[in-house]
Amino acid sequence: MPDVAFWQGNQAIAQGALAAGCMFFAGYPITPSSDIMEEMAKELPASGGRFIQMEDEIGSIAATIGGSIAGLKSMTASSGPGISLKQENLGLAYMAEIPLVLVNVMRGGPSTGVPTKISQMDVMQARWGCHGDHGTIAYSPSSVQECYEIAIKAFNAAERYRQPVIILSDEVLGHMREKVFVPPAGSYAVANRKRPGVKPEKFVPYLADPEDDIPPMASFGDGYRWHVTGLAHNDFGFPSAREEEVEKNITRLVRKIDRFRDDIVEYEAYEVDDADIVVVSYGTVARSSITAVKDARKRGLKVGHFRPVTLWPFPDKEIFQISKRAKTIIVPELNCGQMVLEVERAVHGRAKVIKKGLVNGEVFMPEQISSFIQEVA
Amino acid sequence: MPRPEIIKWLRTQFFPHMWCPGCGHGIILHALLRALTDLEKKPEETVIASGIGCSSRMPGYINACTVHSTHGRSLAFATGIKLAKPELTVIDVMGDGDCSAIGGNHFIHACRRNIDITAIVMNNNIYGMTGGQASPTTPEGARATTAPYGVIDPSFDLCKLAEGAGATFVARSVVSNPKQCEKYIVDGIKHKGFSVVEIISTCHTQFGRRNKFRSPIDNINRVKDLSVSQAKAKDMTPEELKGKYVTGLFVNVEAPEYTDQYFSLVDKVKGE
Ligand SMILES: Cc1ncc(C[n+]2csc(CCOP(=O)(O)OP(=O)(O)O)c2C)c(N)n1
Ligand code: SF4
Repeated sequence: MPDVAFWQGNQAIAQGALAAGCMFFAGYPITPSSDIMEEMAKELPASGGRFIQMEDEIGSIAATIGGSIAGLKSMTASSGPGISLKQENLGLAYMAEIPLVLVNVMRGGPSTGVPTKISQMDVMQARWGCHGDHGTIAYSPSSVQECYEIAIKAFNAAERYRQPVIILSDEVLGHMREKVFVPPAGSYAVANRKRPGVKPEKFVPYLADPEDDIPPMASFGDGYRWHVTGLAHNDFGFPSAREEEVEKNITRLVRKIDRFRDDIVEYEAYEVDDADIVVVSYGTVARSSITAVKDARKRGLKVGHFRPVTLWPFPDKEIFQISKRAKTIIVPELNCGQMVLEVERAVHGRAKVIKKGLVNGEVFMPEQISSFIQEVA
Repeated sequence: MPRPEIIKWLRTQFFPHMWCPGCGHGIILHALLRALTDLEKKPEETVIASGIGCSSRMPGYINACTVHSTHGRSLAFATGIKLAKPELTVIDVMGDGDCSAIGGNHFIHACRRNIDITAIVMNNNIYGMTGGQASPTTPEGARATTAPYGVIDPSFDLCKLAEGAGATFVARSVVSNPKQCEKYIVDGIKHKGFSVVEIISTCHTQFGRRNKFRSPIDNINRVKDLSVSQAKAKDMTPEELKGKYVTGLFVNVEAPEYTDQYFSLVDKVKGE
């Protein structure tokens, strides 16, 4: 029997992280994500984990990476300006292949923007925020239950693919309280990073297994010695500017996610099979969209909803399938048009894609989505 | 030639190293390795972290658990590692730009926390790696590529900064005195708490060349001539001390260490 809790989204992410085995959290306060940090400050010492309030967000993600290098499942969380500050070291974690979870509870931007209100303006930042090429995994929960479950999934993906994984939550979800069914420990999958199978003398730290392109990871302190660097490196982890070594390094970072795209991608399709109109939305907005779609169905309109759960990798093949039948795809999001670019890319012109943006700090109401549907029905 | 037990600490397969022949940083590497050998540290239980710069390339050559992180941020990485595994010996090597410009915030907070990390600041008074731009420790009047008419900014006294921020072990030496460098590194590592060992290094390529000290040896002699022991400095006026490198052990006090504090908190919370 699962326990039932009544949590806020931020709290659920913290609890999900703990359920996944998170033992290290470093952060710096910022609205609307601070609750995650506060929950970890309360819970981690009690479970023997590590919690530290750092001097800024740059230091927070740096310490988080340090915790992971030393073998602990590690997380940091922030919003808006704090996420911008984390980008450089996020890049180091991609380059050095250090597993960690980064939670972004999205608020209005750019700059200080609207700290206390929702946005979905960081979708592209999650993909391309730090300089350089790499694969990205970013989840977008749309209920408090899902905040909990996605925190576990995010850790599993970070451990399995040996890289940072982003959770793109938002201000409304972070502060909304809902019932959560908490599964008993042992009833859900928990992944742990692959450890080296060879003796320390034989360990080649960045030699990837051909079957998954992922190198096993040793922790500092468990007998292995290795070099962590943000410079392009060879299999020995040593800096290299040799063309073939750099090429091998960077292409593998991208390929290790590309090849598992189908395992990673998650979405929720609702009444899309016979739909003429499909609304594609994510996060908090999806809640309004689904209400509007149900309402339209009652009125006899053939409307469906598609919700990417992973924004990165983007469920492009799945949306392409939908566009074979649907004539119109409506994309409401709380920015001036970010994910819609991916939708347009996915449909290859087979359906009309309508962009609907909202950047006033409010959420689309179901009636607004209904009127978008009405406009094209 | 270094002793065989020191060579064991080196990743000689990656030599030749990238430092210019005659760079002062090599003297610090050797002093650090002698210290680790003297202290009978095990490389697999020793972490050497760094930021970015010529100085920060040092960990790559040390066959231990090494992190070459981002410019200025190494102490935050080291803090995470130490908190995760307090049983590890954690040493952080930084350049003067790394430590006091871009990394100044992490530096003062590591001092404040008194976390058991030994920070070795390799102060060559210049941004070596990027081509000789002025750093926060370039002496007033000295020339740099970004100060072609001479630096007008007052420079940092890193030891005073560390002391003010709460470091519990603070010492300064110069590369012209490798024995003293080694001693302070040994004592810094032995010290329980945050230790700062500033070592005045040399960069003939980027600093010396623009300041009439062409050869490596000219630069070593320069820092030797400018260094004054703490004992001597006591009897000198501020004017006489201007531009001098005062060497010595400035702070050595006991105070609660951060990870000890953290784990007693864990025990307390668990007991409740
Ligand atoms: C964020 C960032 N800004 C700037 C740089 C460029 N950069 C690399 S090393 C360096 C300065 C190095 O000087 P210092 O720390 O004094 O070490 P040195 O090379 O003199 O040993 C700078 C500015 C960088 N790598 N990252
Ligand atoms: S540029 Fe200066 S600091 Fe860098 S290796 Fe050469 S001498 Fe050393």
